[in-house]
Amino acid sequence: MKNLRRGIVLSLGIPLLFASPANADTLASVLEKGKLVVGVKTDFVPWGMRDASGQIVGLEIDLIKDFARRIGEEAGKTIEVELVPVAASNRMEFLEQGRIDVLIATMADTPERRRLIGFVTPSYYSSGVSVFATEESGIDGWDSIEGKKLCGMQGAFYLREHGFGNGADVVTFKGVPEIENALFAGRCDGWLYDDSALVSRQVIEPEKWADYRIAAPVVSEVPWGIAVRKQDEAEPIAEAISEAVVDWHKSGMILELSQKWGIPETPWLIAMQEKCLAGDPVCAANQ
Amino acid sequence: MATIADFFHWLAAKRGYNFSIFYDRFDGTQFLYGIWTTIHLSFFCVLLSVLFGAIGVWLQRSSFEPLRWLVGAYVGFFRNTPPLVQLYFFYFAVDPVLSSALGVKGGLLSNYGWALLVLSLYAGAFNTEIFRSGIEAVPKSTCEAAEALGYTPLQIFRHVTFPLAFRVSFPAMTSNLVNLIKTTTTAYAISVAETLYVANRIWSDQFNVFEMMNVVWVVYLVLVGLFLAFMTRWEKALRVPGFGRSK
Repeated sequence: MKNLRRGIVLSLGIPLLFASPANADTLASVLEKGKLVVGVKTDFVPWGMRDASGQIVGLEIDLIKDFARRIGEEAGKTIEVELVPVAASNRMEFLEQGRIDVLIATMADTPERRRLIGFVTPSYYSSGVSVFATEESGIDGWDSIEGKKLCGMQGAFYLREHGFGNGADVVTFKGVPEIENALFAGRCDGWLYDDSALVSRQVIEPEKWADYRIAAPVVSEVPWGIAVRKQDEAEPIAEAISEAVVDWHKSGMILELSQKWGIPETPWLIAMQEKCLAGDPVCAANQ
Repeated sequence: MATIADFFHWLAAKRGYNFSIFYDRFDGTQFLYGIWTTIHLSFFCVLLSVLFGAIGVWLQRSSFEPLRWLVGAYVGFFRNTPPLVQLYFFYFAVDPVLSSALGVKGGLLSNYGWALLVLSLYAGAFNTEIFRSGIEAVPKSTCEAAEALGYTPLQIFRHVTFPLAFRVSFPAMTSNLVNLIKTTTTAYAISVAETLYVANRIWSDQFNVFEMMNVVWVVYLVLVGLFLAFMTRWEKALRVPGFGRSK
């Protein structure tokens, strides 16, 4: 009984221990330690992935390393970047508990998430919904999917609006492998899914997906944001990241990196570059 | 109808219970269609599974040994594996192999076709065993008495063995068929637009998991209840005085 009680007290104390470092000025402590701890994806080719030697590489890693270089140059010292692999299901907790300082992990900036963590604006990328189909499927644009069979993921939020809404017969499955199987078995004319995931497939397995293309303009776009802890939302760390993101857009660095990693340039990135150069409020910090 | 829709609109807006199927035409139509799919899938599965069970038990009693092995293999295969695994196996493994061997594009059978076939075979395996238990319960002396009265083997089967065996098997068969109706929900995994599949589509859009779970629960309660009411009446109608349940 005594042990049990002690166990309960300890387990209640653990979250407090982890939560405590969050109040300090994160940017100052990063500069002091000379180390930036970043949460990244390792399973989202080519944004965050492992290369043949096991190193974590990708577009997001390039971006955050550039950010570390910037704050390092300003402070006159080298800032080391420590990459911590995170998963979609635990990434926000890593940030809240103070295990990482910054999170750049293919994460969409949504109001629900904003209640828990701080998102830096402007966003650095944006993904949306599209259809992946071959030339011979006859799918070209959203008007053309009427009466077509589209594979989709059970539980996705866009099936009604973009699938049924456009007259398609949407056939949904529990997971991606089942969808791919059905697609290659010819049970669907196309695949209604997240365009960035479609793009990444062509990067990893170019032969398998050679005949496929993004067959409809990307819709329901949600921007991807770099996240900081909720209490860091208006702190120097968020401002510094925001400045860097504005610069990345203006200089065309994200577009260049996209090219480096084999991601086709998206209209959103091109528009953001123009807007940032023109001083559009979309590109302003901390919205 | 407008007042019902208004009420559920009000319930969603003011009380936070979002029964979108009652006021949103798209969700409502889809859900009705889902229930209809469950009904006809269940209906054809029940018929086919009884047929498979009857054929199975008939072949099982054959004097030709390989046929008996075949039935044993069939019962073993379908009784010893979960129906969900069978659906996946046939839809994702057997169909692509067969259709590529035969040069068919787009699959040999539709999602619905595989669900119907696999679930019927699954329940048919159980029906085979259930019918066997019924046949074995018919006393040998009764058959001998019929033989003494000059009945031919076929006549004995038609007029003595089958009617008695069917009554003995009835309660177990009813339970098996109820199970079959509930198992049609697994067809959801291979994208057959039955009740649960449609409900999932709706709660993904409307975030009304709680409400839809309740609706789905009631739908099955009613469907299975109706089926049981029918089977109970049928069982009563088949009653042989002095045999089985007295009332």
